[in-house]
Amino acid sequence: MSCSRMEKQMMPYVDGRLKVSEQREVEAHLEKCAACRVRVHEFRTVSGLLDELPLIEPSGAFDARVRARVAAEPVKQSWWAVFAPSPRAAFAASMLLLATIWIGSRPGNVNVNVPNGGPNGPTAQIDPNDLPVLENYDILANFEPLTDLPQPVQGDDSDEVDGNQAM
Amino acid sequence: MARSDVQLMLDVKAGDEQSFALLLQRYRSPLVNFLYRMVRNREQAEDLAQEVFIRVYRARAEYVPSAKFTTWLFRIATNLALNSLRDTRHQRMEMSLDAPVTADAEDGDDRTLDVADKHPDIEQHLVEEARKAMIKHAIDKLPEKQRAAVLLHKYQELDYAEIAKILACSESALKSLLFRAYESLRVELAPLVSGAK
Repeated sequence: MSCSRMEKQMMPYVDGRLKVSEQREVEAHLEKCAACRVRVHEFRTVSGLLDELPLIEPSGAFDARVRARVAAEPVKQSWWAVFAPSPRAAFAASMLLLATIWIGSRPGNVNVNVPNGGPNGPTAQIDPNDLPVLENYDILANFEPLTDLPQPVQGDDSDEVDGNQAM
Repeated sequence: MARSDVQLMLDVKAGDEQSFALLLQRYRSPLVNFLYRMVRNREQAEDLAQEVFIRVYRARAEYVPSAKFTTWLFRIATNLALNSLRDTRHQRMEMSLDAPVTADAEDGDDRTLDVADKHPDIEQHLVEEARKAMIKHAIDKLPEKQRAAVLLHKYQELDYAEIAKILACSESALKSLLFRAYESLRVELAPLVSGAK
């Protein structure tokens, strides 16, 4: 072991915190190196000198001051805690939420505004089974062979949809 | 059986104020002493120690025992001390220019060395005071990070891994830091070190 490597091993050696194998290695170096031997001895002396410094005691008011500051801390609440003062408000909000979920999940008729009727056109009641056809409406409307077909009767949009479906 | 620090902190998290009082009782003295040695002013050390406890209390809701409680506690304390030293560096430099040579300058009590009295007890007392002042001065002269390393290692008896986490460095870097600190102390305290041989 070199003196420079001893740099990192010296304090753990003085503290007695080295593994047995590392300790043997350090001791082998110390047997050969007088400078490191002196340094180890003096590090131990310094460590002993540091023990001579007296401890101080916190002042008598220390605990009271900490407690006062803790007492002055705002009470942290989770967002649920806003309902705590009013269980009725919490119950009403829960019921409203449940009702919204229930209404939203109800199976019902689908209102589709058929594009051919224009912005002011009539709204037709469409069977959900017809939706795949309506999804392809743009393709069917621009399909060239269909342009040769006779025009549908004006104002009867639902028939046109039925006609396209038949194609 | 005494509850561990982590258990006490988890109890504080659950709303048990009494557990916080126990942590305060357990760590007020080590914290105040550590901070006092770091910032060299008793009043400031107590203010900083209070701040450490308040920060621990504020963080109770988010507390997760991922490391030793002391690592967390002294990390807060070290950061506060280093920030405080940085903030007051200019002020301290101005003061040191006019500072008299003192036997013990603790808390602004600038008593100059007076060895005129030949009474053996008093003389002995003065010698001891001068010795302590020399040791204290040697610690004070260390760079801040080296000083923190020595204080945590010597007075808090924390292990290397814990101190390395507190100082945000590797264990290897910490061992070098401690070596350099002890080397400086050895030189600074040479009259006492050689007298001890």
